[in-house]
Amino acid sequence: MIPAQFDYVAPTTVEEALAALRQYGDDAKLLAGGQSLLPVLRMRLNAPEWIIDLGRIDSLRGVREDGDAIVIGAMTPHSVVGSDPLVAQHAALVTKAVAELADAQIRHRGTFGGALAHADPAGDLGGPVRALDAEFVIAGANGTRTVSADDFFVDLFETAISEDEILTEVRIPKHTGWGAHHEKMVRVAHQWPICAVAATARVEGGTIADIGIGLANMGNTPLRAGGVEEALRGQPATEDSVRAACARAAEGTSPPSDLNGSADYRNHVVQVMCRRAVMGALEGAGA
Amino acid sequence: MTAVEAQPEVKEIGRDRRRKEDARLITGRTRWTDNISLNGMLHLAMVRSPFAHARITTVDTRAAEESPGVVGVFTGEDLADTQGACINAWAITTDQVTPAHTPLPIDRVAFAGETVAVVVARSAAEARDAAELVEVDYDELPAALDLKEAAEATPENGGALAHPDLGTNKSALWRFDSAEAGTGGNVDEAIAVARTDGIVLEREYRQQRLIPAFMEPRSVVVDPTGEQITVWSATQIPHILRFALAATTGVPESKIRVIAPDVGGGFGGKLQQTPEEMVAFAVARRLGKPVKYTETRSESLLSAHHGRDQWQKLTLAATKDGHVTGLKVELLADLGAYVALVGGGVPVLGAFMFNAIYKFPAYQFSCQTVLTNKTWTDAYRGAGRPEATYAVERLMDELAAELGKDPLEVRELNWIKHEEFPFTTVAGLEYDSGNYEAATARAKELFGYDDLRAEQRRRRDAGDTVQLGIGVSTFTEMCGLAPSRVLGQLNYGAGGWEAASVRMLPTGKVEVITGASAHGQGHETAFSQIVADRLGVPFEDVEILHGDTQVVPRGMDTYGSRSLVVGGEALVRAADKVLEKAKPIAAHLLEASVDDIEFSNGRFGVRGTDQGIALTEIATASFAAHNLPDGVEPGIDADATYDPVNFNFPHGTHLCAMEVDTETGETRMRKYTCVDDIGVIINPLIVSGQVHGGLVQGIAQALWEEAVYDEAGTLVSGSFADYLLPTAADTISFDIDHTTSPATSNTLGTKGVGEAGTIASTPAVVNAVVDAVRHLGVDDIRMPCTPERVWNAINRAGSGGGTVGAAAPHFDESTGMSGNVDRTTGGNEA
Repeated sequence: MIPAQFDYVAPTTVEEALAALRQYGDDAKLLAGGQSLLPVLRMRLNAPEWIIDLGRIDSLRGVREDGDAIVIGAMTPHSVVGSDPLVAQHAALVTKAVAELADAQIRHRGTFGGALAHADPAGDLGGPVRALDAEFVIAGANGTRTVSADDFFVDLFETAISEDEILTEVRIPKHTGWGAHHEKMVRVAHQWPICAVAATARVEGGTIADIGIGLANMGNTPLRAGGVEEALRGQPATEDSVRAACARAAEGTSPPSDLNGSADYRNHVVQVMCRRAVMGALEGAGA
Repeated sequence: MTAVEAQPEVKEIGRDRRRKEDARLITGRTRWTDNISLNGMLHLAMVRSPFAHARITTVDTRAAEESPGVVGVFTGEDLADTQGACINAWAITTDQVTPAHTPLPIDRVAFAGETVAVVVARSAAEARDAAELVEVDYDELPAALDLKEAAEATPENGGALAHPDLGTNKSALWRFDSAEAGTGGNVDEAIAVARTDGIVLEREYRQQRLIPAFMEPRSVVVDPTGEQITVWSATQIPHILRFALAATTGVPESKIRVIAPDVGGGFGGKLQQTPEEMVAFAVARRLGKPVKYTETRSESLLSAHHGRDQWQKLTLAATKDGHVTGLKVELLADLGAYVALVGGGVPVLGAFMFNAIYKFPAYQFSCQTVLTNKTWTDAYRGAGRPEATYAVERLMDELAAELGKDPLEVRELNWIKHEEFPFTTVAGLEYDSGNYEAATARAKELFGYDDLRAEQRRRRDAGDTVQLGIGVSTFTEMCGLAPSRVLGQLNYGAGGWEAASVRMLPTGKVEVITGASAHGQGHETAFSQIVADRLGVPFEDVEILHGDTQVVPRGMDTYGSRSLVVGGEALVRAADKVLEKAKPIAAHLLEASVDDIEFSNGRFGVRGTDQGIALTEIATASFAAHNLPDGVEPGIDADATYDPVNFNFPHGTHLCAMEVDTETGETRMRKYTCVDDIGVIINPLIVSGQVHGGLVQGIAQALWEEAVYDEAGTLVSGSFADYLLPTAADTISFDIDHTTSPATSNTLGTKGVGEAGTIASTPAVVNAVVDAVRHLGVDDIRMPCTPERVWNAINRAGSGGGTVGAAAPHFDESTGMSGNVDRTTGGNEA
């Protein structure tokens, strides 16, 4: 399929990219890995006049350690994130989610920041970054600013990134020693999940010391299962307490109804999946 | 055949030859239609209706005409005199209601996705850009969408009519009754008896709408340069297309050459004469220039014909010990907006198969075909037979459950025993060979049937969250379409023979021409194996030519698992004729009597001597023609046309184990075993590929695929984000094996295999899913068995209902990142 005609620019620095954004503004789209943008262009659901390709900005790629955080460059491909030992050690939830993200080809081309900036609520990374309290570093004309995961996702396909800004990196606080589990329901491997639950937990002496739970495709943005987290903090790491708490998993959600399941079904199944995700995370945390 | 008393030693048949065509097909370095580029070639883009049913009030083409690179824009009115028509080759009844189908409609569209205008430009991109500038004004009309409602609609009750001028949506009612046909008893009597002293099962099953989703989108190139018009098309049916082009446009058939170059899959989806082919033909003629049209994947899903889409009302009568005494089948079949090439014939092909492998004493079938404002439907892998097999194999499991017996036991009680072949069925077909006992015994052993049943009991007793179910499907099918005489009785528009030629080239190579038209099956390899053995020449020296009406003057093309059992037999006969022609020349050159000549391993020898001459030497000698017997023509090439005397009946036992998560409704395949009896196997590797692919396609109907329309008649599952085609990641390793009852109806003893897996696997999977949760009160789950439907069935003890909340595709305007679109509104067809 043939996209509508567009012009193309491929800056090599963030500054050049920002300048291009300022110049073309509303008429431009940023191209990261292209795994969502290209289908949209080819189906002519969007027809920007300019494509600003971020693929040649080397500074946006890579994973590094920075004090208490792991920093993932926005243009780092999923396959790199998924096999990175620092990520596996300090943010195991991300490693597990990336392992189940789409298929090998998409993991090779698609990027960590691109997927998050696209902000598809059914995307695989929204739940994990919310569960892990990630921070988003956004560059603009006046330097960079940092936005929490809670504030980053604004609405369906809308984030805190302004039209003249670029997401440069995602900072994930180290969750060293935390257990993690990603529970994802798909009918076929390559589809968007019907629902996914990302859970990570720290256990001290048989008690749930801390826990983060993110939900995918349960509303217009990736959600945090705050009610469940609250009910579990300080509780014994047992199936009974988890089962009781996970009955609150659908609180505050507004899931879609589509070919793969109704909102009612999702509200049911998220409770089962939440329980399994939390149990998996507790097991990983040595409970 | 006189020349072949001594067969060459079998070397190629049965050998795991890698496919000789694969290197070029897999790398794409070949003549896919879209790879063809001609001097001065123009490109087409279609303007398609967004509405399911509407009057076209105005089409404003001015802006498109002024767009860069555009050569012309044509509407149905512009091409009215030259565009021809899309034909239905099979009026299943004499009073069938068949709407006229013009490739570009003049004043009304009947489904969303129908072509309205065509833009011609110097590049494909310019054509696509300009197509967006064509302004079409529509007056929407009420759309007939739901199959059951459409069947009931009349002008009096105000129901929506797909074609208001026809006054009805009912196209044809096709009936078969064994009592009337003299092939069995009266089914109503059997049901009445069973109601008082027996078992009556009444069920209604839904065959959801499916999309063939072949790998290569359809593509057509038309070149009117010179005396002939040459058409390259990604089609299964070059010969039928040539006939249809000529018959509906008035261009003499002799002026049309149709080439199906390498074609990337079809599954029945390219068994069609498409509007796009007709439009390209008309535009090329109008402009006198070569044109190309290649559809997008979205256009393919939307407008290439769909498959299945039936409601099946079934009544089965049985004795209390499980002997079936009668089966009554009442179908509603959705034709979509037009009666396609085979169209209403698809369910009729199933009519002969509802009795399957069983000795039902009474049988009645009726099918009402119905027009709706949706994409037209036609053949899709199995065509009619998967629907029949699904119904009867689901019913046999239901009967077993009713009786509290093992489903294999109930089947064995009713099936034709191996010593009873040949057997004439209640539907009037003669099954030539088969051994259901042998295939079932082998399948049980491979599957570990008894162990899995024991595990199922343990898990049931323990109340495990994840339950295990075992599904059975003991299928047969009729394939090898088809005896021309039978097709004539059924009012089909053509015959079912196949043609072949064998050309012995002077260099010793062999050119084989077949009227079958491969689109991924591996004909070049399998046919080479057959000819190599028959003529005693090396496999590598055989070249198979196909898919070009100029090279292959006569052919009936490829569908219905016919290429090997019909086309292969034609090949054998042509090869035997070559040997017959060569024999007197051999005798002459060897200075021996014809009676003393014997043929073996590619050589003619003189009996009792070591004298001999190779067939290839005779080919050279006959080319030179310097020394031929008196009265013998130069050349030993031969043609044969084979019209089968009967259909061909592969069968098999398929066993499937499914795990069902009772908390979520998720299903997971644990094990799948099939033992197919497809007679003598030419190439086991190709057979495995056919079985694997076929199984996945059938499993996909059970679990994943469904073409869904919204209330406006828009296809919601219009991309692969929403039409869930499985990949290797979604399947397990299958255990496949074979038993062999050679077919008696062809020389090689072969049976068809192209559709077997698809026909058999769907009921095996659904039976397994239902079996896993039957103890929870479930006796049916609607296909595809989505987690939600399974969960609903468990929790509400129903069938899980229709598609729930089919609101919006994942790829829609909202995915265009342009803001907030509510994706949460629900509601769809029940």
